[in-house]
Amino acid sequence: MAEVPAAVSGGWAPVAAGLLGTLAVAAALFDGALAERAAGARLGTGRPVGEVARLLRQRRRTTVAADRLLWRIGGAGLLGMALMIVTVVPLGRWTLFDLAVGVVWVNALDVLAWAFVWLTGWGANSAYTMVGGYRFLAHGLAYELPLMFALVAPAVAASSLRVGEVAAAQQGLWFVVWMPVAFVVYCLGVVAIAVWGPFSPALGRDLAGGVTAELSGVDRLLFLAGRYALLAAGAAFAVPMFLGGGAGPLLPAWAWVLVKATVLLAVLVWLRRRVPALRPDVFMEVGWLVLLPAVLLQDLLVAVIVIGG
Amino acid sequence: MLTHLVFWGLAVVAVLAGVAVFVVNSMARASYSLALSFIAVGLQVLLLQQLYVGVLVILMMVMEMAIMAVYMNMFMGMNPAMMSMNMVHGARHALPVSVGVFLLLAAGALFAPWPSRRGSPPEDVTVALGTELMGPKMLTMGVVGVVMAATIVSGVVLAAHRTRYDRFGDDLRRRRVADPQPGGVGR
Repeated sequence: MAEVPAAVSGGWAPVAAGLLGTLAVAAALFDGALAERAAGARLGTGRPVGEVARLLRQRRRTTVAADRLLWRIGGAGLLGMALMIVTVVPLGRWTLFDLAVGVVWVNALDVLAWAFVWLTGWGANSAYTMVGGYRFLAHGLAYELPLMFALVAPAVAASSLRVGEVAAAQQGLWFVVWMPVAFVVYCLGVVAIAVWGPFSPALGRDLAGGVTAELSGVDRLLFLAGRYALLAAGAAFAVPMFLGGGAGPLLPAWAWVLVKATVLLAVLVWLRRRVPALRPDVFMEVGWLVLLPAVLLQDLLVAVIVIGG
Repeated sequence: MLTHLVFWGLAVVAVLAGVAVFVVNSMARASYSLALSFIAVGLQVLLLQQLYVGVLVILMMVMEMAIMAVYMNMFMGMNPAMMSMNMVHGARHALPVSVGVFLLLAAGALFAPWPSRRGSPPEDVTVALGTELMGPKMLTMGVVGVVMAATIVSGVVLAAHRTRYDRFGDDLRRRRVADPQPGGVGR
């Protein structure tokens, strides 16, 4: 069994934030390149850079009677969520916050997406953003329980809620190999909390941008950055949960964590243009009648194997 | 010392956010003030080393308040421009009663002869708390939980307007379910 990571001083928090930021920027650049290619350009990553520059100098749009406090909290919240998630993700031998219930911690944080996305929709006092917020919650009713039970499987297999111990428990065989259903449902959950790809109807073009319809300037930049950061944090958390943590040949453990997180993140970003949008009303039934039973069976299987083996 | 300061700071936040629930004028603000109050309490529980319980309090309460805000806003048809809601009803009687209850409970907490600590805290305080609360009745509690979930499901089934006869036809032989709401699993 590999060594369980040790907590480092809180002074390293900016480094963790920097790594998350780098991953998020890389994801945005990759998505920009894919967008350019879809638009017919040969090669180009300039789109996100130009967008950031534009948003930084754009004047804030105001709406009548907006609930400004809650609006701003919602818009900036996603980025905060992502930062809090990576505090418990071990980077090889180090972890920032060695919490004994790290898995539940991440679960508590992913629930905050319900609050933040809906508040961003509510705060603007606009019909389109409000409808977008409700679309997200309709998705949420369908993805949240499967996501919770997907997180249960690795914790049961490792008999621990400490993220480092979950990573250390899969030295022989990665959890993704023998709990693929939980892994897929987890990835679906990550995509959902980032309001990404199939879960983007909350930001739909048919709603003039949905939740983001009235966001402008820095507020819009924070919200978009939060989505990329959540994708990155979700991919990073999948590494100790399903992808064997820092296990791998040649490279040191911390490098393997980064490599695995980057690859998964790239796949999640790429999926955006490959998977159709899920209508909330249709997905509701898929979530409750397909995903939830499937992931519960996965949990049962894992529990039986753990007790029997 | 720092832990004490943080604990008391969180206590103040929890009480003030709780008061704010009755002061603000929209359901969204009331719900999320309550959520903030519960988050402060959850962090206090974390400081007591009840890690699992503390994180769970935060998880449950944020989700609960998100759902409450949504339903309240839906049923009351609110938007941020319509900030005229009053969270207090029957204030003339409710106010003295609630102040009295608060003083009574606070006095109980302050003046009760708390026992002094004997021995040291156990290794895993969460397990100790669970055993202390439930003890030999753990199995009973587990069964009660399942019965409660079953009760909720049957309650919803009994209360549902449409029955299986509406969906599958009088002889329950219809292959394609007739639902007013389109669904995702083959219909």
